[in-house]
Amino acid sequence: MENFNYHRPATTTAAVALLKKSKDGKFLAGGHTLIPTMKQGLAAPRDVIDLTAIKGFSGIKVSKTMVTIKAGTTHQDVTMSKDVNKAIPALAQMVGKIGGVHVRHKGTIGGSLANNDPAADYPSACLGLGATIETNKRKIEADKFFTGMFETALKNDEIIIAVHFPIPKKASHQKFPNPASRYAMVGVFVSQDGKGKTRVGVTGAAPCVFRAVEVEAALNEEFSAKAASAVKISAKGLLSDMHASAAYRAHLLSVLAGRAVAAA
Amino acid sequence: MASATGVGASVRRKEDLRFITGKGQYTDDINLKDQAFAYFLRSPHPHAKIKSINTAKAAKMAGVVGIYTSVDVAKDKIGGLICGWGITSKDGSAMKAGPHPILAEGKVRYVGDHVAVVVADTKEQAKAAAAAIQVSYETLAHVVDAAKAMTSKVQVHDVAPDNRVFNWGLGNEAETDAAFKRAAHVTKLDIINNRLIPNAMEPRAAIGAYDAGTESYTLYTTSQNPHVARLVISAFHGLAPEHKLRVIAPDVGGGFGSKIFIYAEEVVCVWASKHAGRPVKWTGDRSEAFLADAHGRDHVTKAELATDANGKIIGLRVHTIAAMGAYLSTFSAAVPTYLYGTLLSGQYNIPAVYVTVDAVYTNTAPVDAYRGAGRPEATYVVERLVETAARELREDPAEFRRKNFVTQFPHQTPVIMCYDVGDYGAALDKALAMSDYKNFASRKAESAKNGKLRGVGLSAYIEACGIAPSAAVGSLGAGVGLWESAEVRVNPIGTVEILTGSHSHGQGHETTFAQLVSDRLGVDINSVSIVHGDTDKVQMGMGTYGSRSGAVGMHAISKALDKVVAKAKKVAAAVMEASADDVVFQDGSFTVKGTDKKMAFGEVALQSYLGHKFNSSEIEIGLKESAFHDPANFVFPAGVHICEVEVDPDTGHTTIAAYTCVDDFGNLINPMIVEGQVHGGIAQGIGQALLEGCIYDEESGQLLTGSFMDYAMPRAGYMPNLADFKLGFTCTPCPTNPMGIKGCGEAGAIGSPPAVINAITNAIGVREISMPATPLTVWNAMQASGMKKAAE
Repeated sequence: MENFNYHRPATTTAAVALLKKSKDGKFLAGGHTLIPTMKQGLAAPRDVIDLTAIKGFSGIKVSKTMVTIKAGTTHQDVTMSKDVNKAIPALAQMVGKIGGVHVRHKGTIGGSLANNDPAADYPSACLGLGATIETNKRKIEADKFFTGMFETALKNDEIIIAVHFPIPKKASHQKFPNPASRYAMVGVFVSQDGKGKTRVGVTGAAPCVFRAVEVEAALNEEFSAKAASAVKISAKGLLSDMHASAAYRAHLLSVLAGRAVAAA
Repeated sequence: MASATGVGASVRRKEDLRFITGKGQYTDDINLKDQAFAYFLRSPHPHAKIKSINTAKAAKMAGVVGIYTSVDVAKDKIGGLICGWGITSKDGSAMKAGPHPILAEGKVRYVGDHVAVVVADTKEQAKAAAAAIQVSYETLAHVVDAAKAMTSKVQVHDVAPDNRVFNWGLGNEAETDAAFKRAAHVTKLDIINNRLIPNAMEPRAAIGAYDAGTESYTLYTTSQNPHVARLVISAFHGLAPEHKLRVIAPDVGGGFGSKIFIYAEEVVCVWASKHAGRPVKWTGDRSEAFLADAHGRDHVTKAELATDANGKIIGLRVHTIAAMGAYLSTFSAAVPTYLYGTLLSGQYNIPAVYVTVDAVYTNTAPVDAYRGAGRPEATYVVERLVETAARELREDPAEFRRKNFVTQFPHQTPVIMCYDVGDYGAALDKALAMSDYKNFASRKAESAKNGKLRGVGLSAYIEACGIAPSAAVGSLGAGVGLWESAEVRVNPIGTVEILTGSHSHGQGHETTFAQLVSDRLGVDINSVSIVHGDTDKVQMGMGTYGSRSGAVGMHAISKALDKVVAKAKKVAAAVMEASADDVVFQDGSFTVKGTDKKMAFGEVALQSYLGHKFNSSEIEIGLKESAFHDPANFVFPAGVHICEVEVDPDTGHTTIAAYTCVDDFGNLINPMIVEGQVHGGIAQGIGQALLEGCIYDEESGQLLTGSFMDYAMPRAGYMPNLADFKLGFTCTPCPTNPMGIKGCGEAGAIGSPPAVINAITNAIGVREISMPATPLTVWNAMQASGMKKAAE
């Protein structure tokens, strides 16, 4: 790892100012992607700006209709939150399956979303629940947030402040982990809101998280496991690697969608 | 009857307190004054000519002490790495061993090959300077697939034009061919034994230190056999004569075979320490372990089993292509030959067996012994074939095995081994009962109700360990004898030090060896210390691998203990004014027959050093004896594994639903440690069967499974629930050692892969499936067989 300057600002304004001053500064939240990348020499920012000391950067608020999770909240705090477990149990359970215990105590929701790893779990929950991502500049709908592999709508100096998850009528997350890394080989987050509208967020299967619109259409007709798994998913555009072919991922998507509906 | 700490007692491991409280001393924990750090520049290419290496810029970088390449190696005439076992081809020619320099000379042959070393004040400086070394490569075509090596235009070594190291054969060829001609049925299988990456918990490390005052070297290293390392570094690398080289293998965090071998990095650290004038330390990281530790397995096999009209096995014919990787590692040539072909008769009475092996070079990391070394590959061939034959003949796989079992001992197989003792039927009976084999159908129905496909698979393994009779292995090409040494030092107050050539790197020798001493001398195990892993303390030894430390290492201790007791009897007799013939040693006390005279072992020890009460010209002062032991035969652990799996037909995911293993290890020294070895071995076997597979990209020659992100290790969650993970034992004591023990270190890894795969093929109704049977592989197999539809 190359040497770097470590900053720990107390406000988002100060963080942005530091970033602007730096030639190639990077924000750090939990550090579970940035630090390994730096260790491997794939990234060597001269300035690392740690966001975790920003006041009010973490915390969970649950209203009648919305779960709001501040960007710096660790996975452990989310999965252990009684309020989240009550409001959206599927979300709490999903977060409890991210990485291992150590990762969950450091990794944050903001870091996960800003990184948008194609196999990360949170993005599928954002799409699957129709979340809104609030930054220091604006509010972005999840549908417009994830723009590609490791790419988001975030501007360079934009910092996620909080994520707002509407509370669904029912929801479930199903993950089929990669045998080695335990990341989602395919992960499916299904929800149905009070009006019977269904959302299906899929991670791990493609270069970027996406909504399985064919499955959503079928479930809007009939919210049943059979309807979900009956949808033939095209393998086109899905990832293919030594752990899973595109055809297998397409198949798993159907299977997991069905299981998610059954469990919702 | 065993005492609380004697032989046969499940004594808690004495060494664990220091290990689990972080007080172990591993090589990386050792820091010498003024030490510098080594970093190895490794090849990014699978195969390339080195046109030039320019170190000028790197040499000027901060902290750099020295940069060394093959030019410096040549100047100092440092010899290359060796393969200590020579194999002769069927045509009588010697195996074709290409050069294996400690730093690449003219060519690199695999991704990770050691090209140059930088020694600097810090690890970071060494790494930074290595990145500044300019190497000009001319890339060459490469071959990474063993099956394609012999027909490839790529030539890894000049000495082997078709990449073939040797073409070896064993068994009775003409009789085997005849058996196949008269066979009523022939079962054929194409079998791949997947390449594995050992991944001991502690990565390899080394510190070389030169003392200019005494002109001698010390090497701290992660080794399973420090004396062999000293011998090789002295005799072949020519760095220092043995009396000027001390090799210390302190606490070692697992090896599984991968730390038997002499590696370039440790030789370089010793060599560079004199140039640098400072101790040179290297600690490999996990990525280097993936790239450059010797891998295991990697066989491509065609196998056939001939049966007669009564379902009796009459012949076995096997051809194997065994990958050796880019260079021949220390014991590599022995693994697919004398540790493999010799076990192909399995537990069965097979009159005709013939095996040929083509060992090939590939542009990959070297392949060498890995937990089981050859015997897992043999067991996988035999037990996949036998199970498949039984299914084809519509016979119960358990009963098909039973009717073909060897029942008379000793049994001479057609492939060298002479099985001394065993009762294979007893282990089978016990395993069938423990696993409730007869009610499998009802469990299968229960699984089906839950949408799961349940399958059962057996494996009746035999292995040969406790290696090995020196004259026998010498006649087969070994460059060393495989005896073991021991020294028993009794201190004046009756405490005991055992110096052993065996090396413990997880096996628990500090406990089990002490149990033997406790049993024999009647001393508390806490009064016994086990000294190992230092060539300045232990005179000579052959180390630990091949499940040899019990049968061979303890046998040497046992011999030395006999001498100690004989000597102590003389002292006791003199002190108690009796004839030595009348002195009896029992339960730690010397008594004189027919009298009430009695001396405790400790008192005799003290007297032997005082010399006040005997004539020291007749009885030598002191109580210290040593022994070498050369085993009369291998030992032959055998047993039966029964695995039940549940396959999820929707995803192809396999769960081990139940696992039963019954082993005959002869007598057990410490049943708890034995069970730990079996559990660990089975975990590794389940890893091989379900998860682990080393993959090199054919096109780029890069290691695709270069980290735990892509190389799947078995996790606790893949093991069956404890209640469904049953171990049992039968016992036919080994006749060739006084403890009656066999080896238990590798048996779990040897017996388990075929049991798991037999269970999966049974569950999904296919004939073959390749390891690792990942969800993708199983799902693909189900798609191909149309099984998926049938299940719905």
